Amino acid sequence: MKKLLILGGGTAGTIMANKLNKALDKEAWDITIVDREKTHYYQPGFLFIPFGIYNKQDVEKPKANFFPPGVNVIFSDIDKIEAEENKVILDGGRVLPYDYLIVATGTHSRPDETPGLSGPNWYKNIFDFYTLEGALALKQFLKSWEGGKLVVAITEIPFKCPVAPLEFVFLAEAFFSEMGIRDKVDISLVTPLPGAFTKPLATKMLSQLLTEKNIKVVTDFYIEKVDNEKNTLVSYDEQEVPFDLLTIVPMNMGAEMISRSGLGDDMNYIPTDKHTLQSKAHKNIFVLGDAADLPTSKAGSVAHFSADIVYENLLSAIDGRPMTASFDGHANCYIETGYGKGALIDFNYETEPLPGTFPLPGIGPFDLLKNTSINHYGKIMFRWIYWHILLKGKELPVESEMTMAGKRKVTG
Amino acid sequence: MAQETIAGKNVAVDQEGYLANPEEWTKEIAGEMAKDIGIELTDKHLEVIDYLREQHAQGAQLSIRKVGKSGITDIKGLYKLFPGGPLKHSSKIAGIPKPSSCV
Repeated sequence: MKKLLILGGGTAGTIMANKLNKALDKEAWDITIVDREKTHYYQPGFLFIPFGIYNKQDVEKPKANFFPPGVNVIFSDIDKIEAEENKVILDGGRVLPYDYLIVATGTHSRPDETPGLSGPNWYKNIFDFYTLEGALALKQFLKSWEGGKLVVAITEIPFKCPVAPLEFVFLAEAFFSEMGIRDKVDISLVTPLPGAFTKPLATKMLSQLLTEKNIKVVTDFYIEKVDNEKNTLVSYDEQEVPFDLLTIVPMNMGAEMISRSGLGDDMNYIPTDKHTLQSKAHKNIFVLGDAADLPTSKAGSVAHFSADIVYENLLSAIDGRPMTASFDGHANCYIETGYGKGALIDFNYETEPLPGTFPLPGIGPFDLLKNTSINHYGKIMFRWIYWHILLKGKELPVESEMTMAGKRKVTG
Repeated sequence: MAQETIAGKNVAVDQEGYLANPEEWTKEIAGEMAKDIGIELTDKHLEVIDYLREQHAQGAQLSIRKVGKSGITDIKGLYKLFPGGPLKHSSKIAGIPKPSSCV
């Protein structure tokens, strides 16, 4: 029996297990997936929890519901990958040999990397919203908060879902308006980037929205530490931003196991061929989702689109055929902007987010780089699509390769 | 791509004045670009610049954090050497493309 091993049963690993389970000959292949947690979280939903839009039960389901029968499932921590030996060692010493390995162990919030962040005020007036615990604790805090300085800060690039902090400030603005305390809340977005977003046209569109909503943006601010006594963010060049409530995107890093295995860069991401999605160091290892060092967003849409490429290339490699599928870095992100509206961006390694319609050229129904109600419904409907179609590895009417059809080029 | 004469050499630059071809870089060009930004180059600056050029040639993605771990200087030191935009300024002086965060 040949062995295919998938590490990580999140969005990327689950999609892959479902696709490969259908494609590989059961007589010849044994598929195993390893994850340490039994719960699958719908991570885009965390954003809605602090504002009471989603509850805990909206964002969690047992992982086991999404793995196909016939795939071996092991719930365990992973000690390390011994890539030269083609084997994985689990915590406790169990050895899993493999012929092909797919690493989909994601990226993780690391508040411990920033001095003072996970100190005495963590979950008192400092929160993250990238974990269920953080989102729930913040919801509790907001119930009785009477206003003050809200600072939403990004610690380091790259981080998971680059539009989420923007969505957070937009939703917070709408939330405080609805609570009748908008005039008592001062909202700032603090970012190490030179603008609200990285790509020029999207930055322009989003900056206009931020200005309209009276949300301040502090750019080029690279956080060194959090001062728990003064309640300030301190940058490496000794600037300070005071806050009453800090909602932060902590430093993101790949799994520690990657570092123990000697396979990662200085942030534990695996150097990966950005087109074939093969590990640069080992031909029988593919890297999927946030675990890779790809120059594109760390996002579920990227995990989804790149799964199609890994699937094809892996089957080619198994058959000894040349790998012809090439990933273009395609990402597609809804941006909630509050008051029942949203924006949508679609881009890849080469093409920045452009205006137009999506997915059907000229028809939509979604509008790219525009703030509309239909985009918001797209995001709301997506949760159902995620649980019922996407994770099961079924086809969606969206191509994995980005298309220029429906997009308008903008000059100047 | 515009042509510009820097330190007596005709080189191709992008809209923001970054060298289009890192191989056209010279120490003299670095000195003049630094002066424009308001930086007087020291040996420490040049060590950082050599590191950036070396890493760029190897195809590495550069970040402030990465330079801070290079052993040449830490992040605070990097901010002191290139105030206001450590990676933007040091990349420009090193003759490599403007660092892009590829979100």
